[in-house]
Amino acid sequence: MQFTFLLEQVVNGLVLGGYYLLIALGLSLIFSVGGVVNLAHGAFYALGAYISISIAKYLGFGPSVVLSPIAVALLGILFERFLLRRFYAADPILSLLVTFGLAMIAEQIIRIIWGAAPLSVNIPAEFKGSVFIGDFLFSRYRLLLLAVVVAVLTAIWLLLNKASFGRVVRAGIQRPDMVAALGIQLQPYMTAIVMLGVGMAALGGALFAPITIVHPAMGAEVITVAFVVVVIGGLGSFWGVVMSALLVGVVRGITIHFIPAAGEASMYLLMFLVLIFRPRGLLGERIEKFET
Amino acid sequence: MARYNRRRVLQTGAAFLGASAIGFPAIVSGQTGKIKIGHLTPLTGFLGALGAYAQLGLRMAEEEINKAGGIMGRQIEISSEDSVNPATAATKAQRMLEQDGAAILMGEINSASALTIMQVAARNKRFYLQIGARSDALRGKNCNRYTFHVDIPSHVMVYAVGKALVRDNLMKDKKFFTLTADYIFGHDLAAAAKTFFSENGGKLIGDELVATDVTEFSPYLLKIRQAKPDVVCSNLAGNQVTNLIKQYAEFGLPYPIVGFNLNTADAWATGDGNLSGTWPTVWHHDLDVPSSKTFVANFVKKYGKPPENHAWIEYISLKIVAQAMTETRSTETEQLIAYFEKEPQFDILKARKGYFRKWDHQLMQEAYPFTVKPKGKARDQWDMLELGKAVPGANESLEVLSVAKEQNSCVM
Repeated sequence: MQFTFLLEQVVNGLVLGGYYLLIALGLSLIFSVGGVVNLAHGAFYALGAYISISIAKYLGFGPSVVLSPIAVALLGILFERFLLRRFYAADPILSLLVTFGLAMIAEQIIRIIWGAAPLSVNIPAEFKGSVFIGDFLFSRYRLLLLAVVVAVLTAIWLLLNKASFGRVVRAGIQRPDMVAALGIQLQPYMTAIVMLGVGMAALGGALFAPITIVHPAMGAEVITVAFVVVVIGGLGSFWGVVMSALLVGVVRGITIHFIPAAGEASMYLLMFLVLIFRPRGLLGERIEKFET
Repeated sequence: MARYNRRRVLQTGAAFLGASAIGFPAIVSGQTGKIKIGHLTPLTGFLGALGAYAQLGLRMAEEEINKAGGIMGRQIEISSEDSVNPATAATKAQRMLEQDGAAILMGEINSASALTIMQVAARNKRFYLQIGARSDALRGKNCNRYTFHVDIPSHVMVYAVGKALVRDNLMKDKKFFTLTADYIFGHDLAAAAKTFFSENGGKLIGDELVATDVTEFSPYLLKIRQAKPDVVCSNLAGNQVTNLIKQYAEFGLPYPIVGFNLNTADAWATGDGNLSGTWPTVWHHDLDVPSSKTFVANFVKKYGKPPENHAWIEYISLKIVAQAMTETRSTETEQLIAYFEKEPQFDILKARKGYFRKWDHQLMQEAYPFTVKPKGKARDQWDMLELGKAVPGANESLEVLSVAKEQNSCVM
């Protein structure tokens, strides 16, 4: 029985890892291509949640989950074009300061537009409650969430590995100078990567809004976890981030099973161990531009 | 692309995330002739939504008092800041007294921050009205003579709900599974709950500590299902409760859920149809008392939404301070303490007036259990709670729910 309980936590952790993944993958992509740790990534997650609530009032849940990430991705164009682009070649401390400042500004703007009091939106009635699959209990809504994550993940993988878009992006990660020498401008690709990244964060926000409290500081809550996932997974590696997100979800679940109070600390301990034994992260590639 | 070191980028990133926990400078202003009050409340973190309401209530009282001519002809000037965390709260409190010229300190919702501000007040021998933190320890073993407490302590909240559970046959021989916020307030609430369970035949089969930054509860919900309790009971705080309630409804577990702490703002944020069970409150905006109704009407006119219990408590707290300063004609700590210790009565917009008990400095007042209105019965999005009868009852002493002097370790 004890073993089944533990297994249930593992499976649940995998589902939760999918949600971490939505936010961390974008952060990792933007970092890998642009060399910028986007500390405002959480703000786009929060915006995704808030915009989806506003849309859901008029159009319902389904359209809100689709339209909100699109709206945020469009904001991402402005973000990349007018802000991020200036900092790819600059000292990383500058881009950290700028995105950190932007995160604070975004939080205040949310306060001004939507108010400081938390908002709520409901799970569509058909996805309420839980189902048993074998011995395991699943929330219906999280199964939906898992399906969306798998679909998004497959699409991103295909885009990065089977399309010419992905070839340029992957080459750009490793050798931006060679890509430039071949006469390919990386900037439009970077805009697309930022749109994709912040759009995924917004999708995470929109999907999680019905089951978590939606408040102005929600972005700050999620950015730390996303950052930890990226560090554990390793830079430039799609599967590294996937593995890491799932691992963080599972380790957290198992820790809560045995020592509930240590649940949140477990992911930091995991990061600590991974960095000691594999400073580059689980599947981190050696990226020339980051080695000095 | 620049050549820089991956490790350095990651290190700096981590440093930034760490720094964001420390908080930011705030606005300070100074003018002579005014009565300055330093006010701290959490505006970020898991209690941030409550702190936002606290400031609304406080500002409203400040405006009313100043419009009516101030205190002894002097205007009051409140500088209110985000307390951020216990260490920052103490630093800010010290600065408010030392550099900003605050005559007294007020505020707080977080029990851990309240504790450090209480220590600053004692060290500086300055009056502190501790408004919204509910941990028993603050008015028990950690009490000091410079601090007075307005909100109901945790054991009163446990009692208010516990009695309702006994009445509804949800106590004797029932198996309870509790989730407890892992800081001073949660621990106190859990201790009071344990005492109540053992005195009334409830059985505690599981109690899990939950860090205050937890927003995702699914592993805990699985543990609850595995334990198969009769009643699930929340000793959580702030937006932890909202997240638990939303995710509990998401999983649709069959066990009734109750709790010993839930603020109205957190209840509103749970959304439509997710909340159930019995919970305690110190005040609610549909309380049927004329003075309370006037306050609510004015608040709605000013802010466009009804006051939350933390807005109410900050409002009456500043009115209490104004009354004390007016009657003593002083802002001096010793005179204020002497005044409050005479146990004068204050109108706190409830059916019965309140007073601070001399020996533990706790405001004696009514509390209320509440349940949730059935679907379709709510007039608007704010009208989701069904307020129960005030405890203690109208014919009982206000002190029957509070620990007696012999059981309280408070020594001034």
